[in-house]
Amino acid sequence: MMNPLRLLKNGILTENPTFVLVLGLCPTLAVTSSASNGFGMGLAATAVLMGSNVIISMIRKFIPDEIRIPAFIVVIAGFVTIIQLLISAYAPALDKSLGIFIPLIVVNCIILARAEAFAFKNGVIESLFDGIGMGLGFTFALTFIGSIRELLGNGTVFNFSLTPSFYQPALLVILAPGGFITLGILIALFRNLQLRKEEVSTGFKADFDGWEKLDACDGCALKKYCGGGGLSVPCAKQDKEGDA
Amino acid sequence: MSMLALFFGAIFVNNILLARFLGCCPFLGVSSKLETAKGMGIAVIFVTVLAATMTWLAYTFILVPLGLQYLYTLSFILIIAALVQFVEIVLKKVQPGLYKSLGIFLPLITTNCAVLGVAVINMNEKYTFIESVVHALGASAGFLLAIVLMAGIRERIEMSQNMPRCLKGLPIALVTAGLMSIAFMGFSGLIK
Repeated sequence: MMNPLRLLKNGILTENPTFVLVLGLCPTLAVTSSASNGFGMGLAATAVLMGSNVIISMIRKFIPDEIRIPAFIVVIAGFVTIIQLLISAYAPALDKSLGIFIPLIVVNCIILARAEAFAFKNGVIESLFDGIGMGLGFTFALTFIGSIRELLGNGTVFNFSLTPSFYQPALLVILAPGGFITLGILIALFRNLQLRKEEVSTGFKADFDGWEKLDACDGCALKKYCGGGGLSVPCAKQDKEGDA
Repeated sequence: MSMLALFFGAIFVNNILLARFLGCCPFLGVSSKLETAKGMGIAVIFVTVLAATMTWLAYTFILVPLGLQYLYTLSFILIIAALVQFVEIVLKKVQPGLYKSLGIFLPLITTNCAVLGVAVINMNEKYTFIESVVHALGASAGFLLAIVLMAGIRERIEMSQNMPRCLKGLPIALVTAGLMSIAFMGFSGLIK
């Protein structure tokens, strides 16, 4: 059995779903207009991820390979419905601000990717910890982006005012364009850091072509199905038969 | 008139990609070539309109009479997944020509949040049947517009040699999308 602590670290740092794997971009962009929205979305996704990982690893021996994706979707949709009802009952304000993005957790590729890449191949306890780690990594990333956008766009973080009174908030940052631009710049900074680190450890100038790596769904379980990266969609589809 | 407002509002004002953030994965992943982007956009129009029709019917005539509205997430995603498979099989048999041009994009669409998103928006806004179809048409046409624009821009910036290494690829694509989104904000006064 794998060390639970290592699984947690893997989700939060080594394979952070937002900054390293770049999965689940839609909610990342849409709900990070404030730190508390990002935090709420992250926790909701964590809960779904834990539940679906545990159930899928329990029933993985009974699911035929060919229909595993529909089976995953049903399990995930069930958990999303549960979380949705809980949020609307106990946190109506959050329900209102996340809106349509709660039901859309169903098609969040992080959850499907973990079901396919981890829970379908590992035991219940490992899958639970993998779910917690990945979920916390996602929560951390969303809260981080949300804090930056809220600070620049509204002068607050978690509704606490942090900026001096002469600071004029840049409203653009919490509007739709700010989401794209903030995430783009953060990923660039993160990548720069990684490249530097690689250079220090190998001593060579790292060879890196971002265009080849532009792969919004890199690491996503459904890449083979959805041709993620889109460099050659027809090939991705031919792979489907070979890969199953 | 209100139908026109709904249609153009869905394309420009509430653009599904640039204002609502639905369907970002194919937007960034499948936009490297103009030709591919066009095919993807047309396939999305096809599936979104069909899915909006089916989910509206299922919601109004099955879920509401049985009092099972809370199961909409589960039933919508199953309807969409089944529909995509069904369309793929039928097209292959009946219209091999059309299948050749659209078929390859169909499996990518099951997990595209734009399709499920449009169905859920239709339900939340309590649109009538005609309004749902018009809204689905407008929203998916907005997707086509945005992804084709993005592919056109990307074909040019990929040529650029002196871009900082860490910005190449996804980061600059995201920033470009942000600038496009600012441009689309200019449409917001178009429809009241």
